[in-house]
Amino acid sequence: MDLILETKGLTKVYGNGTVANRRVDFGLRPGEILGLVGENGAGKSTLMKVLYGEEAPSAGRILLEGKEASFSSSQDAIAAGIGMVHQHFMLVPSLSLAENLVLGKEPKRKRSRFFDQDEAVRITEELSAKYNLKVHARARVVDVSVSMRQKLEILKVLYRGARIIILDEPTAVLTPQETEELFAELAELRRQGHTVVFISHKLDEVIALCDRVSVMRDGRLIATHEVAEVDSQTLSNEMVGREVRLKLDKTATSAGAAVLVARDLSYVDDFNITMVNHVSLTLRRGEVLGIVGVDGNGQTELVRILTGLERSLSGSLKVGGRELMGAGPGAIRRAGVAHVAEDRMTVGAALGASIQDNLLADRYSEGRFTGRFGFMKTEAMREEARSIVADFDVRCASASQSVASLSGGNMQKVVVGREFTADAEVLVVSQPTRGVDVGAIEFLHRRIIAMRDAGKAVLLVSSDLAEVMSLSDSLVVMSAGRIVAYFEDAAAVSDKELGLYMLGLKRQGEDEIRKVLHED
Amino acid sequence: MIDFIAGVFGSSNYWYIVLRSTAPILLVTLGAVITEQAGITNMALEGSMLWAALVGVLASAATGNVWIGLAGGILASLVVAWTLGFFALKLNANAVLCGVALNLVGTGGTVFVLFSLTGDKGISSSLASKTLPFIKLPYLGEIPWLGKVVSGQNIVVYLAILAVIVVHVILNKLTIGRRIRATGANVEAARSAGIDPDRVKFLALTVSGVLAGLAGCFLSMGYTSNFTSGISAGRGYVANAAQVVAGGTAVGAIFASLIFGITDALATFLQNIGLPPELIQSLPYAVTIIGFIVVTISRDRREAARKRALFASAPAAAPREPVPPTRPGRGAA
Repeated sequence: MDLILETKGLTKVYGNGTVANRRVDFGLRPGEILGLVGENGAGKSTLMKVLYGEEAPSAGRILLEGKEASFSSSQDAIAAGIGMVHQHFMLVPSLSLAENLVLGKEPKRKRSRFFDQDEAVRITEELSAKYNLKVHARARVVDVSVSMRQKLEILKVLYRGARIIILDEPTAVLTPQETEELFAELAELRRQGHTVVFISHKLDEVIALCDRVSVMRDGRLIATHEVAEVDSQTLSNEMVGREVRLKLDKTATSAGAAVLVARDLSYVDDFNITMVNHVSLTLRRGEVLGIVGVDGNGQTELVRILTGLERSLSGSLKVGGRELMGAGPGAIRRAGVAHVAEDRMTVGAALGASIQDNLLADRYSEGRFTGRFGFMKTEAMREEARSIVADFDVRCASASQSVASLSGGNMQKVVVGREFTADAEVLVVSQPTRGVDVGAIEFLHRRIIAMRDAGKAVLLVSSDLAEVMSLSDSLVVMSAGRIVAYFEDAAAVSDKELGLYMLGLKRQGEDEIRKVLHED
Repeated sequence: MIDFIAGVFGSSNYWYIVLRSTAPILLVTLGAVITEQAGITNMALEGSMLWAALVGVLASAATGNVWIGLAGGILASLVVAWTLGFFALKLNANAVLCGVALNLVGTGGTVFVLFSLTGDKGISSSLASKTLPFIKLPYLGEIPWLGKVVSGQNIVVYLAILAVIVVHVILNKLTIGRRIRATGANVEAARSAGIDPDRVKFLALTVSGVLAGLAGCFLSMGYTSNFTSGISAGRGYVANAAQVVAGGTAVGAIFASLIFGITDALATFLQNIGLPPELIQSLPYAVTIIGFIVVTISRDRREAARKRALFASAPAAAPREPVPPTRPGRGAA
């Protein structure tokens, strides 16, 4: 069968050397709904960005209806009939749905620059009826539901003449009922001759909706199946199938007393999406509790609440028995919670400042570094920096050089060096080895285990499943802002099984999840 | 005291001065509204007014034509706005800092130019500059009391009212208004719809430059008949606060600038009853700041309450509390 859009040997290497796509041969048949599945970082988004003109390929070809095509911007892709609905909507909340739809291509009254409101509404209602995507044309975006905003995004793409529509995880923000509705609408688009690419983590959805499914892993297109001929177990294996787990010397220890007790935490983001939905957990001394989950399922927001960077809408947060709900990050730090932030470039470190200043950022005002009348004790500060640099093996010429000049791994050692010497009882460690070289990864892993052995309570969040599994004593799985599973013994669960929970195919009963509270 | 205040509020003369005091602040507030809606803060409004006030006087004195003076003043104001646009949009400098820098250039630069040309640092009274015409309204001017308030005002006062309508039409009726508001509310959404945000912001700066130019010319060629150093008296800064009180709409700008105008005019009257003038002169600014704080706090509270309500009413897809273990013995394998 002829393909409407295909790539041949498409490779994308980012400026920092990350290979996001390796010789991908992707094919799209006209009038089909193709599912595209894969873990975080598997290269799905990059592939779609290349097809939508947002990224230029490093090598390989793109063929549109058999003819060579190249898009230098998304405007080119739109002109060629390719549209994309991003996960984060591109809408103006204060304008009406009709105004958003026609933005940039507005109808005008005859021979004037006056915006034709009625015509905009008419266009919206006509498109809405044609594709059976029901929206309130005159309502403001801020007043309508997330699912209606999504329909509007699809209509926007159709208004600009797209025949191929790429949807980036459209169901991540929808309720099951809304998802069903969306599927009926997408089927209607297919009936009218449009082609849809459906990116998702949820295999049951892909099987319910799609004609074919392509699986990506580590930047490669692993396989493409007719949906009728494949089951979710096979797809799951292809997605998470991975190399041998990292070898790690880890002695078994028994967890001690509870230190951090979080109950009923919730967070709603600026798009009115509930990112953390009544989450409760307990961290105990001498235990690494790992959180696994597909990125964007509330882990980031949960960590921000636990470290005081964000305020929960409900519940309580106690450290060592003291209530810290609503206390700022400073108070939470003083109560004994250290935080290795997931983004060392913006939250974890001040790039322009020196290694020494970064290492002392949380303690420079303590008596040992600041004397009477507020004068800094430079010698003591230099000594502290020197000892952490040596202890954490930060490769640098001197502690006065700027953090920005370090490699990713050494930068992370600076952050970890500060947090692990902060004399905290709780360590919240997020994405400790993202973008870090292999040598540093092993070093960082050993230090995390050493902290556990020293009796600290560690919360570990990472998108690297193998990492969380090998470091953690117990595991929690987060999906759609909730804890959906708890495994007291991390060694007793397989990555395949975790995959089912992460992808929303399985969910434990409340009794089992409740064990993470350790309340008995 | 109460009799005095009642007397003031009942007098047509007082309300005449209210309109006169409101006009310049209304014009710059409209300028602040349109740029803020486009997503760029025009902090240089103060500098725009200063240069317009000076160039207006100079050009009208040099040519003997008040309209050439007005055109020159507006052009000077536009140059300031475009300079801000060049630095902030083309060179990606911080718009607020550039604005403040341009204001400082205006404060010193206008005095320098005035001194170089007239030898006087404080006032342009040695120049034979012109004043913009005051207009007697037909019919409306005949009405007792009200006629005395609305008629016989400077042409710029009427232009300010016209400017409200113009800005309202731009923001709400013209296609470009949709693009301005889209750019200010979500620049990525605007860009993805094929709109050039920088062009939109530049256009908004141009409109605000014309409005600030008109206001500046009024100060030196209508409100008073000379340029004096620092004649804008912080109105450009007040406009950026008033813009918030106005809620980003042209109609709201009327109310926000009336707060300033009413207290400004009141201050002129209060000087007659022996209160210290420094205290009285600070009144309009203090009232604007209080208005700004009240509006900002109440808006934040409303937003927080909305979010809470939304969360409370969210579909209870999962039990809010962990279900108590009613069936003992059922656990993990």
